[in-house]
Amino acid sequence: MRKLLFQSFFQRPLTEQAPALDQTAVEELAAAIQRATRRRLGRSLSIREIDAGSCNGCELEIHALNNAYYDVERFGIRFVASPRHADVLLVTGPVTKNMRDALERTYHATPDPKWVIALGDCARDGGCFAGSYAVVGGVSQIVPVDLHIPGCPPPPVAILQGLLSLLDRAARSATST
Amino acid sequence: MPSLIDLVLEGRTSRQHMPWPRTVVDASVWAFAANELAQGRWSLLGLWGEPSTAHMAIIDRDTTEIAVVSIECPNRAYPSVSKHHPPALRLERTANDLFGLSADGLPDPRCWLDHNHWGIRFPLGDRIDALSIAAPYRFLPVEGDGVHQIAVGPVHAGIIEPGHFRFSASGETVVRLEQRLGYTHKGIEGLMRGASIERAAQLAGRVSGDSTVAYAYAFSRAVEAALQLVVPSRAVWLRALLAELERLANHLGDIGAICNDASFGLMQAHCNVLREDLLRAANSAFGHRLMRDVIIPGGLARDLDAKGQSAIRAALANVQARFPELIELYDNTASLQDRTVGTGTVPAAMARQYGAGGYVGRASGRVFDARRAPGYPPYDDLRFEVPVLEEGDVNARVWIRIREVEQSLSLANQILDRLPDGPLRVPVSAEAGPREGMALVEGFRGDIMVWLRLDGGQVDRCHLRDPSWFQWPLLEAAIENNIVADFPLCNKSFNCSYSGQDL
Repeated sequence: MRKLLFQSFFQRPLTEQAPALDQTAVEELAAAIQRATRRRLGRSLSIREIDAGSCNGCELEIHALNNAYYDVERFGIRFVASPRHADVLLVTGPVTKNMRDALERTYHATPDPKWVIALGDCARDGGCFAGSYAVVGGVSQIVPVDLHIPGCPPPPVAILQGLLSLLDRAARSATST
Repeated sequence: MPSLIDLVLEGRTSRQHMPWPRTVVDASVWAFAANELAQGRWSLLGLWGEPSTAHMAIIDRDTTEIAVVSIECPNRAYPSVSKHHPPALRLERTANDLFGLSADGLPDPRCWLDHNHWGIRFPLGDRIDALSIAAPYRFLPVEGDGVHQIAVGPVHAGIIEPGHFRFSASGETVVRLEQRLGYTHKGIEGLMRGASIERAAQLAGRVSGDSTVAYAYAFSRAVEAALQLVVPSRAVWLRALLAELERLANHLGDIGAICNDASFGLMQAHCNVLREDLLRAANSAFGHRLMRDVIIPGGLARDLDAKGQSAIRAALANVQARFPELIELYDNTASLQDRTVGTGTVPAAMARQYGAGGYVGRASGRVFDARRAPGYPPYDDLRFEVPVLEEGDVNARVWIRIREVEQSLSLANQILDRLPDGPLRVPVSAEAGPREGMALVEGFRGDIMVWLRLDGGQVDRCHLRDPSWFQWPLLEAAIENNIVADFPLCNKSFNCSYSGQDL
């Protein structure tokens, strides 16, 4: 273990430059953030992830955000264990009817102001699962959605762009009040 | 003792079922098969329903012969298998939830996937209205001095799939764990009915995101078996390359995550860098980090060019160079071993009884790998070992993964060295008349079974059985008498799929 730790003193960091902001996400967010301008996030976001019936593909890519290349915590973005600690709910999946209650309850357990991000193609409208007897079909059917990040699953860079857009908007609207 | 073939001869054999036989039997032969499963000569590969038929797939433990036995149940009832052979229990509960097929003598008649939220009952059978008032789900009772319950989920603390765990604990010790799943049930088998082969393949690749390659592989092989298509050899070899890359990426992620659940984050940091390198190589070679929708019935959707090949070669070499020091790190960290050795033990007899596939089975002495037997090309032409351990604890499941990473590295390199040239796919023709096909493919988690019936270019019925069906119940057994705090560690060492089992 000592050898591995020692090597990391001399290695160049693996962490990469932050991606440019996603313009469509910035526009989508404009309205959502202005509603909560009094809230100062202090460039920090606590995220509670909710799997509302995804195939687990989106979760794999969200996990990747924590690896050394993306190192999401350097931006002040943290995944938290409870909705009580969260500013953002990051919801994946087409929202199965069996998860509908749990999603609603998690939303109500999250303190205001809060934002909801729907992640992945099936979180928008059910995607390829739309029309099933077991699926509600999209996060916005159940809770208000502020930002949608498309992809099946979206690669980590796209998720990061979306999250940074949210931070950026929040920081700008906070300083303008 | 009768062999599986004798059993098949007992019934009416379906002519259009490939590559293994399917036979329609009466209640007495069905019950006989259930008894043989209970005696342990055969293992259950799957049990699923149709509106008025129940099917079960069986594999002979010694000869690895496979057969499907079916029983017609016009009055929606058939003799329960789980009455004799508990591994069939959740499958029979599911057949009831989805089709309204009731198993006579079913030891546990509670609903499994149906949480009474669909608005209907028996969505794939004769639909009726849902119950007006949902009866609360009755967890199994636990009695004893000072026993308390801990309810966890469906929304968990980590970034993982939803499911409910009900622990009954005495002090810190878990007396019983009961799982309740079904939260991610999307009705995939319902969506597949009447779908085109192309759309069904897309859905198959979305049953479980971490096994998207393996599912597309299994589904495609089942279609090809049904239509008796011969896939060009370049596609056959590239499919195996995709499957090994998926196995590598998942095993690396798992090894890191298990160590992280023992609070050893250093291992996860290093493993996840290797995993990311592989996913990036997969992205540049196949256009998608998880290699989704690359395998399609008839062959492959896209070819591997020279640039992609060298990206994969480089990623493999990188893992090969850096993995040994991570093995050493795992092996030489006593505080980590202290958590993993002797924790969450699955007895060998139980792994055998449940026919547990993948690292769960192989860490508990069950020698089974679908790549080896029944086997499928190109693996019959490649050199690889199937690692097996006897201890059955978290540590053994880590070591099986470590050894499989080494095997997959070797396999991927062998495939790249010998990759044949040629066409990439054959057209999938719409045959008139029903054709049935089946396939068993080794995903990173274990053997995935796909059974389907095609009719005129459409899917009439498709059943996809995740390896987790036979692993989840073992987790309940493994955690018994362990402390509650070791549950995340045990759970991660299984890494069962929620979406794959909920479907």
